[in-house]
Amino acid sequence: MIYFDNSATTKMSTEALTTYEEVVKNIWGNPSSLHQLGDRAHQLLEAARKQCANLLGVKPCEIFFTSGGTESDNWAIKGTALAKREFGRHIITSSVEHAAVGNAVQSLKELGYRVTVLPVNKRGQVNPADLKQALDSDTILVSIMGVNNEIGAIQPIPEIGDILENYPSVHFHVDNVQALGKGIWDQVYSPRVDLMSFSAHKFHAPRGIGILYKKAGRTLKPLHDGGGQEKGLRSGTENLPAIAAMAKAMRLYLDNEPAKAARQRAIKERIINYLQDKPGITIFSPAEQDFAPHILCFSLAGIRGETLVHTLEAQDIYVSTTSACSSRSGEEAGTLHAMHIDDGLATSAIRLSFDEHNTLAEADEFIRVFDQIYRHFAKVNHLG
Amino acid sequence: MQYTEIMVRYGELSTKGKNRRDFIGRLAGNVQKALRDYPDVKIHPKHDRLHIVLNGAPFKEIDQRLRLVFGIQTYSPSIRIPKTLPDIEQASLELMQATWKPGQTFKVNTKRSDHKFEYDTNQLNRLVGDYLFEHLDGLKAEMKHPDLVLRIEVRADAVYLSSELIKGAGGMPVGTAGKAMMMLSGGIDSPVASYLAMKRGVEIDMVHFFSPPYTTAKALAKAQELTGILAKYAGKINFIAVPFAEIQETIKEKLPEGYLMTIQRRMMLQLADRIRAMRGGLAIFNGESVGQVASQTLQSMAAINDVTTTPVIRPVATMDKTEIIRLAEEIGTFDLSIQPFEDCCTIFAPPRPKTKPRLEVARKLEAELDVEGLLQRAIDGIQITPIYPGQKFLDDQAQTDQNLL
Repeated sequence: MIYFDNSATTKMSTEALTTYEEVVKNIWGNPSSLHQLGDRAHQLLEAARKQCANLLGVKPCEIFFTSGGTESDNWAIKGTALAKREFGRHIITSSVEHAAVGNAVQSLKELGYRVTVLPVNKRGQVNPADLKQALDSDTILVSIMGVNNEIGAIQPIPEIGDILENYPSVHFHVDNVQALGKGIWDQVYSPRVDLMSFSAHKFHAPRGIGILYKKAGRTLKPLHDGGGQEKGLRSGTENLPAIAAMAKAMRLYLDNEPAKAARQRAIKERIINYLQDKPGITIFSPAEQDFAPHILCFSLAGIRGETLVHTLEAQDIYVSTTSACSSRSGEEAGTLHAMHIDDGLATSAIRLSFDEHNTLAEADEFIRVFDQIYRHFAKVNHLG
Repeated sequence: MQYTEIMVRYGELSTKGKNRRDFIGRLAGNVQKALRDYPDVKIHPKHDRLHIVLNGAPFKEIDQRLRLVFGIQTYSPSIRIPKTLPDIEQASLELMQATWKPGQTFKVNTKRSDHKFEYDTNQLNRLVGDYLFEHLDGLKAEMKHPDLVLRIEVRADAVYLSSELIKGAGGMPVGTAGKAMMMLSGGIDSPVASYLAMKRGVEIDMVHFFSPPYTTAKALAKAQELTGILAKYAGKINFIAVPFAEIQETIKEKLPEGYLMTIQRRMMLQLADRIRAMRGGLAIFNGESVGQVASQTLQSMAAINDVTTTPVIRPVATMDKTEIIRLAEEIGTFDLSIQPFEDCCTIFAPPRPKTKPRLEVARKLEAELDVEGLLQRAIDGIQITPIYPGQKFLDDQAQTDQNLL
């Protein structure tokens, strides 16, 4: 089996699973309980928080555990909107965000917030000048993703951060669910970033757990009111087994990051070398520095993406049509649409996404299999 | 190249006249205790220096322990070699290769107590110097202020080479000044005061008040673990846990709030004093710092100290909090001290304690209590545990659990 769908989800590592099981079996006290069972759980919780903070280069008090990327995005956006209601009602985002950001912003629009959706260029990237123009005294939030989940385009986060230096009260949220551990941290993080979303199952940890980074001093209203966990900002008994497994998985995932990222880039480049100049093939994720090393999106003209997915699946190769979240709903890819790629080409797109466990041998095997498929469809469609 | 012995130079004690022999004996004993894990190490106290023969023990580990022994001014690791010129030259080169860094200046300094040796001091200086110049590139001699001094001592039994001079902990050997009780709370100040007391040669017993169920087992374990850190300076410290809840409850029940703190402190000091008398101590030490909290104003100290004529010594009395914290960090107690477990001082702290309690009022109020009965029952409940260097008491479960991450 070749699994090239790591941006959809990753397989949980044995190490993370072992940690998960150990915590479920032995450290099951409620971290809020005062007795020693609770104390033990509490200490592990805080140790996990500290480890995640160290790995991300931030402070432990800035790490909040959530149920995943979607919650982190929703909380960052709606929590900001609630906290800053008195100060402004204007939100800026991009046209290529994940649905968790895009739809959260749309919900706020219905509640009377004003939304500016920044366009992207042919490479799927926003223009910082457009952001500059959109900012006004009513702006409370800018939410721009670090790495696009469909084509891997890296957004100009440091440049946006520079612009926002002049708007110190605006919250800057970056959805970095796809950006962790890919050797591109300098491009998706700047000290001006106030909020960041992370999802654990993208790095071999369990589902249902994630992180919202909130810079110390920034205020956010809670979406989950209750028993006051996570400093009163995210109530609900902490999911300690998943949190501990996430901390472990994150440590292993970020270990030796440059070498792992370089290998993913090499895999991507090898497949691109094969694909480029093939009649009917359009590559949306060039092998360039402003694209993530692990995502490769391309189209084969005239063949629907899902047809390609199933044809490859028959050969035990797993890829997806753009983002897994939108692929079942049958809508064409949001990002490609925003890039003004025509509908026919957009519905033909498939996405390959790599991670640390993929090898160049798998790339070669993919090329071998895909080449047969390509020859067949090229003949049928009179390509080249 | 492996060091074979360490030459230890005495601190202040060299000047103490007829007590010198006691001091040297105590220091030798303390060094022995500090190195007890290395049975092959032999200690030879002499009137001017102490020689430690390593017999294969690793200098790096011994060094870590020796740094904490009070009464040592400086020490130098040295190599014992046979009394021939080729041996001296060869070992000098090896020692220089291990300790000299390019760019540093040096000189050879020979001392000769064996005057029958075939070369005299000047000859040896020159011969070894020449040999080193031939074998090390970029070596520069400097007579007045060299960065490195290669010391060669020619004694009757052998030749000793050394090039490092390591600063010791200073102070006086623990035990030479006699014994005292240390009132250890678990905060930042009292461990620092303990360290300073030991540095002046005082042997201390820790007196710690605990009040279950108001205070947790963790607060007690924290004070014990702090003692484990401080025991590195003394070899062993006896830890005396004094139950204090009954006294606190009685005071709270019977006396006005404004004097809760003052009377509690008077009772603590009386208990410490009784324990001192039982154990043959001469003084009481504590971590009070003038003006830091309500119980540490001069008025409070006067109203509290009233219960005894025993010397109550406060090593950190005039230090700023920042200075105390710096020392706490240096001796490694700070991180543990700031762990937030409530101790018996905070748990019964009145919201508005008197910062200027009146002595007469304190005496009068205290007289309303059955002081004798309360003190006696507390004394009956004390628990004494010997605590050794680095001993752990806080649950290390959390540490083990972290392996899961």
